[in-house]
Amino acid sequence: MKKQILGAVSGLAIVASSAAFAEPQAEVLHYWTSGGEAKSVAVLQEEFAANGGTWTDMPVAGGGGDAAGTALRARVLAGNAPTAAQIKGPAIQEWYQEGVLADISAVAEANNWAEVLPASIAGHMQCDGTWCAAPVNVHRVDWIWANAEVLSANGIEMPTTWDEFNAAAGKLQAAGIIPLAHGGQSWQDATVFEAVALGILGADGFQKAFVELDTETLTSDEMKAVFDQMRIMRGFVDSNFSGRDWNLATAMVMNGEAAFQIMGDWAKGEFMAAGQVPGEDFLCASTPGEGFLYNVDSFAMFAIDGEEKQQGQALLAELVVGQNFQKVFNLNKGSIPARTDVSLDAFDNCAILSAKDMAASSEGGSLLPSYAHGMALRGAQSGAITDVVTAHFNSDMSSDDAVQMLANAIANSL
Amino acid sequence: MTKWLEENTPKLVLAPSFVAVLIFVYGFIAWTAWVSLTRSRLLPKYEIDGFIQYDRLFASPRWDTAFGNLFVFGFLFIVIAMVLGLILAILLDQNIRTEGAIRTIYLYPMALSMIVTGTAWKWILNPGLGLEATVRGWGFETFTFDWLVNPDMAIYTIVIAAIWQSSGFVMALFLAGLRSVDQEIIKAAQVDGIPTWRVYTAIIIPSMAPIFLSAFIVLSHLAIKSFDLVIALTGGGPGYATDLPATYMYAMAFSRGDIGQAASSAMIMMMVVFAIIVPYLYSELRSKDD
Amino acid sequence: MTDLSYSPASSGSSATKIALRWGLYIMLGLFALFYLMPLFVMVTTSFKSLEEIRTGDLISLPREVTLDAWRTAWSGACTGIQCEGVRPFFWNSVLIAIPAVMISTLIGALNGYVVAQWRFKGANLFFALMLFGCFIPFQVVLLPMARMLGLMGLAGTIPGLIFVHVIYGLGFTTLFFRNYYVSIPAELTKAAKVDGAGFFRIFWSIFLPLSLPIIVVTVIWQFTQIWNDFLFGISFSQAGTQPVTVALNNIVNSTTGVKAYNVDMAAAIIAALPTLFVYVVAGKYFVRGLTAGSVKG
Repeated sequence: MKKQILGAVSGLAIVASSAAFAEPQAEVLHYWTSGGEAKSVAVLQEEFAANGGTWTDMPVAGGGGDAAGTALRARVLAGNAPTAAQIKGPAIQEWYQEGVLADISAVAEANNWAEVLPASIAGHMQCDGTWCAAPVNVHRVDWIWANAEVLSANGIEMPTTWDEFNAAAGKLQAAGIIPLAHGGQSWQDATVFEAVALGILGADGFQKAFVELDTETLTSDEMKAVFDQMRIMRGFVDSNFSGRDWNLATAMVMNGEAAFQIMGDWAKGEFMAAGQVPGEDFLCASTPGEGFLYNVDSFAMFAIDGEEKQQGQALLAELVVGQNFQKVFNLNKGSIPARTDVSLDAFDNCAILSAKDMAASSEGGSLLPSYAHGMALRGAQSGAITDVVTAHFNSDMSSDDAVQMLANAIANSL
Repeated sequence: MTKWLEENTPKLVLAPSFVAVLIFVYGFIAWTAWVSLTRSRLLPKYEIDGFIQYDRLFASPRWDTAFGNLFVFGFLFIVIAMVLGLILAILLDQNIRTEGAIRTIYLYPMALSMIVTGTAWKWILNPGLGLEATVRGWGFETFTFDWLVNPDMAIYTIVIAAIWQSSGFVMALFLAGLRSVDQEIIKAAQVDGIPTWRVYTAIIIPSMAPIFLSAFIVLSHLAIKSFDLVIALTGGGPGYATDLPATYMYAMAFSRGDIGQAASSAMIMMMVVFAIIVPYLYSELRSKDD
Repeated sequence: MTDLSYSPASSGSSATKIALRWGLYIMLGLFALFYLMPLFVMVTTSFKSLEEIRTGDLISLPREVTLDAWRTAWSGACTGIQCEGVRPFFWNSVLIAIPAVMISTLIGALNGYVVAQWRFKGANLFFALMLFGCFIPFQVVLLPMARMLGLMGLAGTIPGLIFVHVIYGLGFTTLFFRNYYVSIPAELTKAAKVDGAGFFRIFWSIFLPLSLPIIVVTVIWQFTQIWNDFLFGISFSQAGTQPVTVALNNIVNSTTGVKAYNVDMAAAIIAALPTLFVYVVAGKYFVRGLTAGSVKG
């Protein structure tokens, strides 16, 4: 394994060194700081160093990148932007409009990104026809995880419709098992909400509601049905769910206290860390309904002076989308490669399923950006939706009031 | 020249601080006021566009919650921390042998940031993990303490943690006050046979009026700035039931890329501060110096 | 000491007195438990293995005490791709906190001295402006301050962070010293002036020697604020100048990774040790300093 990496790295080194005159440098602002994530970034740093680059690490964790966003704003305003920063979704285009991002089209074209990336993901990496960011991975958000033993003991199959889910949950509840492990943090509420919305609204409806912000869809009866289902789900969580971290919810599924969890595929890492085997100890499936909600992490490069730094940016972009990094990083992280031509032999069944579904929904037009994880909308808009979702979930608000609030909040979000 | 220098030394000494405060406090407030009138999103913009941000702010149910919470939280936090601080100070002032150790125990929370203690508090207050589960484990099956997960009560858990953090400091202030009360007056009162509690309510506590004021200023400053506390303990939840203006502003500015909105909420906060601090300054400076 | 419990006025049988005394100690003990609870949770968790945390009660004594978490937190935990624990960041915090505390205390002392003893027209206005500055929420100043630091060429540097902490510490340090010096009779300054002593000379040889208690208070206050600061730390640092709170945050906060609570807690305690140390050692002087007049307003 190690040798393989080195082999690939030295191959790249030859490619890169032919173009390099000075020593590439990069200061990288990212929010991957904890054990598994940090190791994944370390892979990138090693490759970078193997190509003669100097990597300066600038990690800022917290709040799903909020703290890193704070640091980034402060540094851009100070005229001291980092070489590269972890930015994703429409925020890339927003930063581009502020005129602070660098153009990495040369690297993208030389490495044929347009060919190897799915079209909708490539779209996120482009600003006004130029390439302005490099994708790292694809997390699928609409996963449902389950404890295999609990399901079989209660004679339950993985649900394929929300009605099936409700029936299964009712049965589990009667058996004294918490049907749905959930953490009541607003982003987790939003994660469940968008999975439900995808199932009930369908891919077109989801696109209309959460990408185009179509008022009619947002106030439609289907949207009310989504909130109705959220109200039902509220009955399936235990009374202590508020503020619980997602990984503690995963632990509840692991030890059989709860049966299901709806969470992105980073939850898989938590199961694996506890020595559980997919398909045996725990099950993974897409949430009921058609479609695939993606959450793509990416690096954007900032327009800065200095030959070394600009070369660092080019090298970084090249490595990030390179076959080797895409494979090693995603094995560590639980996600799947953004490029479609990476061999998945070493990946587990859940990841292979994810890749298969991504290809299928890319064809069928149901490969959609996750609103809850900042892929579909500007922060102000997705935040406004999340405020309503979490307020509804944590009170006894009616679905009618919720859709009305949703429409108002969108109108008020500029 | 030397004479001029001599006469103006005090002013020259103040000058750098004066300039710094003018720029870094008042200049920045003016900057914020300006930005609050623009449509700034990801980064500040400077084209004025009227009061749209304030309209949005007042139309936001989340801001209503946050602003309301400031008063509930601020009032309870300040009153309880003061009362508790005073009681602890009086208890500790009774010739306690282990005073040093106890005082340190009461005071240490002030030394820790909430990033540090937030997780511990989260566990303690969580019904399934902490106090409720522990007490139930002792056999009190019906004991319930689920404020953290109850949207109507969660703000009170923030009050509890805030009091935990700051009441020791208030105690230290009051303890200092008790130690500087004129002993002669107290002795005289005791000779006259006035009961102990009367000595406290009629003589000692009234004589500490300036300390109440100092404590009030320190506590209201902490209340308005409370931020780490909420982030670490509830993240603003359940829902956004425990949002405060400071967390609202931060969320708007840094996670939502809505800087104009953040600036307008900041201006409202500054007005609240102004309403608190100006009467204090007025009474403080007038009585002493004119 | 407001020594009321032994006063002749509160006469009663000695049995009642002993009962009262016991009641008093029990009360104090209960409050002590309340204050110690979170620390107890943190300390016990830091000595547990991750396995035990995952399976057992969160609030219980460790079944098996292990120091692994402490070792990891100090020198092995990942704060990004560097896995050197909080150790390297500790030094940054020291480099920021010590100069910032010293400078802000010194300036605060001079300011307080002027405002309290060298009153001139406008001195009160100055003081009022300073005091109001204490209340400005720090979130408000992040963006304009970033801009200013950029213009001053201090962005991302340790001097930049020192500068920020000094500026926003001045309000409180000035307040502390002003309230302390205002209780010193103005005649002292007048007499010294008659003797021909100048501004600095009076400060140096009369006021400073009197100031130990309030210096202790100010230093404790400032040190706590600056050491625990997180917001300025993340906003105005760059790779290599991040303070320990940012490192702690990087260890504790992870969006999509596995959480090692025992390491989190150990790292948290390590990061808090300097402030805890200051409170434990200097706590006595803290109360004394407050007693000495700082709170009289």
